[in-house]
Amino acid sequence: MIVGEQKKLAEIRELVAPYQKVLILGCGTCVKTCFAGGEDEVATLASALRLALRMEGREIAIEELTVERQCEDEFIQEAAEAIARNEAVLSLACGAGVQDIARLFPRVPVLPGVNTTFIGILEKHGLFTEECLGCGDCKLALFGSVCPIARCSKKLLNGPCGGSKNGTCEVDPAIECAWQLIIDRLGELGQLEHLRKYVGPKDWRKSNAGGPRKLVRQDHII
Amino acid sequence: MSKPLSPLSHLHGLLSKGEFVVTAECGPPRGAAADVIERKVELLNGFADAVNVTDNQTAIVRMSSIAASAHLLRKGAEPVMQMVTRDRNRIALQSDIMGAYSLGIRNILCLSGDHQSFGSQPDALNVFDIDSLHLIRAVRTMRDEGKDMSGFELMGAPRMFIGAAENPFADPFAYRVIRLAKKVDAGVDFIQTQCIFNMERFRAWMKMAGEEGLTERVYILAGVTPLKSAGMASYMAHRVAGMDIPESLLKRIADVPREKASQEGMALCLETIAQLREIPGVHGIHIMAIEWEKIVGEIVRAAGLFPRPEKS
Repeated sequence: MIVGEQKKLAEIRELVAPYQKVLILGCGTCVKTCFAGGEDEVATLASALRLALRMEGREIAIEELTVERQCEDEFIQEAAEAIARNEAVLSLACGAGVQDIARLFPRVPVLPGVNTTFIGILEKHGLFTEECLGCGDCKLALFGSVCPIARCSKKLLNGPCGGSKNGTCEVDPAIECAWQLIIDRLGELGQLEHLRKYVGPKDWRKSNAGGPRKLVRQDHII
Repeated sequence: MSKPLSPLSHLHGLLSKGEFVVTAECGPPRGAAADVIERKVELLNGFADAVNVTDNQTAIVRMSSIAASAHLLRKGAEPVMQMVTRDRNRIALQSDIMGAYSLGIRNILCLSGDHQSFGSQPDALNVFDIDSLHLIRAVRTMRDEGKDMSGFELMGAPRMFIGAAENPFADPFAYRVIRLAKKVDAGVDFIQTQCIFNMERFRAWMKMAGEEGLTERVYILAGVTPLKSAGMASYMAHRVAGMDIPESLLKRIADVPREKASQEGMALCLETIAQLREIPGVHGIHIMAIEWEKIVGEIVRAAGLFPRPEKS
């Protein structure tokens, strides 16, 4: 999923400051799962914001709504009337959702209420971890299905650096050394010979380095 | 081991003749003051066969390793220009290597580099377009085939003597020799190791390297660092990534009176060098006396490694 974290209330307050009528628009998919922008978070944020503004002696109209996904037009359209009723939208979707709303409503200010952080997993309750950079050329098969591009702090493709200690990364002991994980996993799979293979330089053209990407599916074009 | 008809550098010449070499380290200043380098070089000249010039080490912004290496050349020293993949993509790396060679720089040490989060500007974006293995291979291809990474035929090949670093003390231990093998296969000529304090582990690593036939294919220069004080020893042991200083050594430095600590550190360094010289496959030492360049001459003399061979 796309993992995100709701912005601090102080920053959100600054963002909505110029407006009298604001729609807080939640997204019911990824950011709901990571507790950043689903229906519950919309309600909590709306209450907190009302309270904070009231303490400043300000009163603004805050409307709450959550759609299933802010990255697909058909769901966004469900919010069209609410968007029309307000001066601005505070979107609690990921950066893609914010931009899709902006694309469809060119005259409406759309403000980001969430910091989009990474593509990751819910490793355990309360812990989300980054797993994928979306580099466009998946080589997980070479690395025992542990990605050194996303999970090694130096993106090393040919083994751990000199800073791997007791399974942790030199950057932060809270980070697992991706190469230790790769080696452990290849050991389990009986594929340790992979470690001797030279993995050549990455072709970054398929990543965002090649410019913003588009995926065209001719078979789905109506 | 690669033995081209003529040596690629003074360092290469000595190693190919079987000399036990001495290299040292010179960190460029945090500023544009060339005289800082000149003073350091004066302390090292005559005691080291080549001097490593670090590339924004510990991710602290300093004068570039190319420029500082050029200053070394002017002062008659032979630089080993360090180059990290943290700050430059493959385009900039290849370009800088060509430029460095054009200035007379003949040795390169290919590194991935300390992560910028340790440095003075942790808010910087890193690059890591390629890793140190890729860099070794790129320099080797430029040198031996006269082509850049795209296969383009160069007008003048940078004929560098190629080095890399290895840390025998990092984890996973069993993998460290495989990584060394990958560097040797990629075309590295010499290796400079992390500072050696845990001799037992270093011996085990060298033994494994020997069993893989690697000590026949690459010159290994063993890293040593004189410990100046108990505080420095403890800092290195606990704060510096990839460092392995056994508790017994920390205690040894801590147990002598404060004013005798550097003397004890020096004694320990000399004992280490004596032991390293007995290990088959060790072709020299790399003295990393961090901001303590004046001790290098003393170490080299006391270790019986002075005078150094003349440059031909």
